[in-house]
Formats: sequence, C-alpha cells, structure tokens
Amino acid sequence: MIPEKKEWMDALIARHGLEIHNRFSSATVVSCGLGGLGSNIAIALARVGIGKLVLIDFDKVDITNLHRQQYKASQIGQYKTDALAESLSEIAPYAEIKTVTARLSEDNLTTFLKDADVICEAFDDAEAKAMLVNGVLEQLPGSYLVAASGMAGMDTPNTIKTRNIGKRFYLCGDEVSDVADTIGLVAPRVMLCAAHQAQTVLRILAGDYEV
Amino acid sequence: MIKVNGVEVDIAGKTVTEYLATTNYDPKRIAVERNGDIVFKSQYDVTVLEEGDSLEIVSFVGGG
Repeated sequence: MIPEKKEWMDALIARHGLEIHNRFSSATVVSCGLGGLGSNIAIALARVGIGKLVLIDFDKVDITNLHRQQYKASQIGQYKTDALAESLSEIAPYAEIKTVTARLSEDNLTTFLKDADVICEAFDDAEAKAMLVNGVLEQLPGSYLVAASGMAGMDTPNTIKTRNIGKRFYLCGDEVSDVADTIGLVAPRVMLCAAHQAQTVLRILAGDYEV
Repeated sequence: MIKVNGVEVDIAGKTVTEYLATTNYDPKRIAVERNGDIVFKSQYDVTVLEEGDSLEIVSFVGGG
C-alpha cells in the first residue's frame, strides 16, 4: 500500500525540515548519463525528495552494466531512461520524472538542460565529459554543474573528493583513475563518486556552496 | 607568473592555445577556467594570459 502524497511529504519534512524540503522539492536536477554514476545519483536524489528529475541517456541496459549500475536483470534490453524511471516510480512515487532518450551534443544540450537548477555530468567517455562541461559552462551560465572524473579501479576509496573549480562548477572523483588503465569500474567506488555528486547537488540547493 | 593548477609558470603573454601546445593535455578532454570563468573553446586562440592570472585546467579521464 503506497502512502498518500501528503503522508509522504510530511515524512520528508520531518526528516529535513520545511525550509530544506521546500528547496529540494521545488528543484529540477538533470543527470546526463545513467550509468554507474547517473543511476546512483538519480536514486539518491529521488529518495531525498528532489521535485523533478530529468534522466538523459541514449543507451539500453546491457548485461555488462549490472555489476555497477542500478538496474535489474529483468530490465536488460530496455532503454536506461525507461528502466530507471520505472524503478524511481517505485522508490519515490511522487517525484516528477522526465526522460530524454537521446545523445547530448553541443548543439542540443541547451534544449534539454535550460530549465535545470543543477546539472550532473555522469557520462562514461572522457571526450563526452569535456564536451558537456564546456557546453554547459559556455551556454548555460545560470546553471550549476557537478561533474565527475576518475573513479575507476580498485584504488582506495579515500582519494575520491569534491572540488569547487569555477563559480558554478564542481568536480568529483580522484581525477586520475582512467577506466582504460584499471581493471575497470567497480560498484562501490563508482557509487562513492556518485554519492559525492548527489551530496554536492543537495548542498548547492540548500545554499551551502563550500565543498 | 601565471598560476596553472596551483603551480606558478612563466607563460604571461602566451595564448591558451600556445601554452597548451607545450603540454601533454589532449584538447578534446579538457576544460579551462581562467580566474574562475570558463574559457570558451573558440577563444583559446585569442585569449592572452596576463600576469597574475589563475588558470585551472581540468583533464577528464574515462569512466562513469
């Protein structure tokens, strides 16, 4: 039995206080990419009560994703946008979820990202990361951007960190562990980086801009 | 002197493109902030670094 919306919101307010809850519930946050980073970011933010989540990815759930990404075996073959929206509707039924099944580029990113309060860069490919970061900072000067670089491999969790680089630009990760130089991505370390991103989003929304 | 990622380097007067050519950065994987603001990719050729500038070059690695 799923609780009514009022009961749900009252439970969040009891946790976070009305002022913070209002900031979270009126916010729009976008995840660009729904892999190990984006799927974890979206689940964390949905649980916390972010009002609107925009999920962007062009890809489908593959068996090789399941070792670290928040999908289920039954979702293999579905678009990640659809699969994650389905899971989020079960986790946080009153979050507004918008899906964009498309590949972001310099030419279309403004269309999909212009209404976001905070944008999470959660791509896998280094050149795609750089494209998005440059594109957002150049074209959307009103948005905050939380990007990630360096979370692959079996290295210590303690090197994952968050830095404030520009006025509206935060970067999470160890900044060096390239997926190409390691055994690949392992679930906890990617989750850790995603958690840095999600927590940074919340701090920005709460008005705490220090890292 | 210009501060590049916290390290002082003697490159005042060079453009961003000229400085990057002396480094190992892959231009397709980087974002450059100068004094807290993004340097537009289209402006690398004409952005001349001035004494006292602070440059932050983020070089992305793969994985996510």
